[in-house]
Amino acid sequence: MKNSPRTIKRGKGAATALLAASALLLSACGAPPAEDAEQDKSANSDYTGCIVSDSGGFDDNSFNESSYEGIQAAEEDLGIDVKQAESAAETDFGPNVNSMVTAGCDLIVTVGFLLSATTKEAATANPDTNFAIVDDNKIDLPNVKPIIYDTAQAAFMAGYLAAGTTETGKVATYGGIQIPTVTIFMDGFADGVEYYNEQKGEDVQLLGWNKEAQTGTFIGDFENTSKGKTNTKNFVNEGADIIMPVAGPVGDGTMDAVEEVNADGKDVKVIWVDSDGYLKVPTGKEFILTSVMKLMGEAVEEVITSDVEGNFSNEPYVGTLDNGGVALAPFHDMEDAVSDEMKSELDQIKADIISGEIAVESEASPK
Amino acid sequence: MSGENTPKTETTTSTSNDVFRRIVSGSGMVSLLAVVLSMILGGVLIALTNDRVEETASYFFTRPTDMLGAAWDAASSAYIALFQGAVFNWDAKSTAQMFRPFTETLTVATPLILAGLGVALAFRAGLFNIGAQGQIILGATFAGWVGFTLDLPVGLHLLVAIVAGFIGGALWAGIAGVLKARTGAHEVIVTIMLNYIAINLVAYLLFTPAFQNPGSANPISPPIKDSAVFPLLLGSGFRLHLGFLIAVAATLAIWWLLNRSTIGFELRAVGANPNAARTAGISVSKGYIVVMLIAGGLAGLAGVAQISGTERVLTGGIAASFGFDAITVALLGRSHPWGVFFAGLLFGAFRAGGVQMQTQTGTPIDIVLVVQSLIVLFIAAPPLVKAVFRIDVKKKRATSPTALTGGAA
Repeated sequence: MKNSPRTIKRGKGAATALLAASALLLSACGAPPAEDAEQDKSANSDYTGCIVSDSGGFDDNSFNESSYEGIQAAEEDLGIDVKQAESAAETDFGPNVNSMVTAGCDLIVTVGFLLSATTKEAATANPDTNFAIVDDNKIDLPNVKPIIYDTAQAAFMAGYLAAGTTETGKVATYGGIQIPTVTIFMDGFADGVEYYNEQKGEDVQLLGWNKEAQTGTFIGDFENTSKGKTNTKNFVNEGADIIMPVAGPVGDGTMDAVEEVNADGKDVKVIWVDSDGYLKVPTGKEFILTSVMKLMGEAVEEVITSDVEGNFSNEPYVGTLDNGGVALAPFHDMEDAVSDEMKSELDQIKADIISGEIAVESEASPK
Repeated sequence: MSGENTPKTETTTSTSNDVFRRIVSGSGMVSLLAVVLSMILGGVLIALTNDRVEETASYFFTRPTDMLGAAWDAASSAYIALFQGAVFNWDAKSTAQMFRPFTETLTVATPLILAGLGVALAFRAGLFNIGAQGQIILGATFAGWVGFTLDLPVGLHLLVAIVAGFIGGALWAGIAGVLKARTGAHEVIVTIMLNYIAINLVAYLLFTPAFQNPGSANPISPPIKDSAVFPLLLGSGFRLHLGFLIAVAATLAIWWLLNRSTIGFELRAVGANPNAARTAGISVSKGYIVVMLIAGGLAGLAGVAQISGTERVLTGGIAASFGFDAITVALLGRSHPWGVFFAGLLFGAFRAGGVQMQTQTGTPIDIVLVVQSLIVLFIAAPPLVKAVFRIDVKKKRATSPTALTGGAA
């Protein structure tokens, strides 16, 4: 009795092994490449661009990933050498940045305000190495370039669009953690909704964020997808039909919830943040109205390019609607759901924000 | 006295206690072989995930040397980088830079040793203290608050911060100790839950103005004052700080406590057999509380090493994964103070070297975690390791009685 399951198991194991071996055999019969496959390196191969992530890692679907894409683009376009280090925890920041310095990096991109102290220390100790820090504007050193975003500008447009698109008269937003880089989205969104109400004499309500009191709905982290799902369902039950999750990967929970309620006959839309959600989310992209984008990849590549050309400056890079650092994503499948009138109004708002006619203010805006 | 309300749980867990004791006090050979085996498997994984290996595997039968060479290159260069990042870097520009990696290993090992001692001490009293993570966080929070809020003279400030850190960790572990002693609540569950409470507590505190940088809403505390920072042992070029000497002193102290003091004898007696200890007139409940207070205090010191030694600011991630690594360290060190010390050094080397491995060869740092986890796996399954290396089990068994008493003593 004891033996029989064992023999079956062994038989199975042998079969699997045989299968695997034959698969290997088949795939392993290819021809080797020619010996002189070594390609000539382009002119910038002596330049090393480096990047250190925060604890989210380079696969966070958010700012680490976009920044990483930027440095990869620079590798491709400029032919520079690239080194990357992922931080598993905050205690890795110091050692990671330091090992980049010793590895001879010309420019080190550090991602996130959590790396602020580390970056400042390393930059002070190594005045010959240039640094760029994403989402932080606290360092004032000749060799540190802050890369920051006035996200509220694009979020304002999203708020206006949401208020003009809702059929229930209620829209909602929630955040991951109450930190400036999150609340700036929510502030802009709130202002956009209010602006729509002023212009049109409507009374569209915003759930999940009160700009005056700076209080609202937050998950408490950037991981708890199931809480994001529950939150979203609560908003839908309260009558909201457009949701903007500002919580990185937690937004997947919102997508889950929206797919479920829409299958039950509701018509709920999502506004994604950071990157174009239509191109990112695994399922449910047809429910994405638009996205409030921070184009970090472009900014990172731009900073590296100017450093390669010898034009590094410590002037902060501030992503705005004007320079295209922040933007509203295309509507994709929702092209028809947005009226032409709304589209032209959005264009007008964009122009007005750029010209300063409309002032978008947030406590969290870069100063 | 009050320990009398727990005997029921003790008898039912006596068989699991047996397994538990065998795992935490296995032979040193098994520890060593577990490390070797894990490193080999880690090397295989590095080779398998390497792009170049994958490329050359497609024409393995036409020119097998390509793939084998690539696999060897991938694994060996990763481990060489690991060594260069952890012990000695012969490629560095200056002599100081060559020796810096080893000091970095000592620095990273400091919290691991301290927290590992705490876990090991609890092991010896028969308690599975999973709560080092929470205890480190509490220790760091207490020490951090003292560090950035109080204004005290140089020397005294640091001393108060150290004591505060010890108390913070001791209080947190003490909760589990008291609950175990008074109500029989299982320490594994209580300490795990206390970890969550600690993580969320510090996350909450970092949103209160008392713990934030003035004028900033980011969840980072202000940096602690210079007077509360551990002095650097080797000057500003190195991160090695006084905390390492505290870790050495703590190792000595725990060795003395366990082997030379009355309390240590009682703790070991409680760990070896609570029922016998109770019959012999030792208060089991007092033993549980005392051991958890000291264990938590040690983990709290690890928190001090973090905030006063390397990090300087309090954040939600102040404890990294040190609290959980400490469990592995205690297991690998067989719950012996000096065993923990060297296991801590080894894990410190892994962490310090992993950074270099990542930047130099592009090997993901996760591989270090895989190797660490494999070590736990092999330590938990000594027969597996013995089978792999064909160690004669019978011969071992002949000597095992002495080994067992040695482990329990």
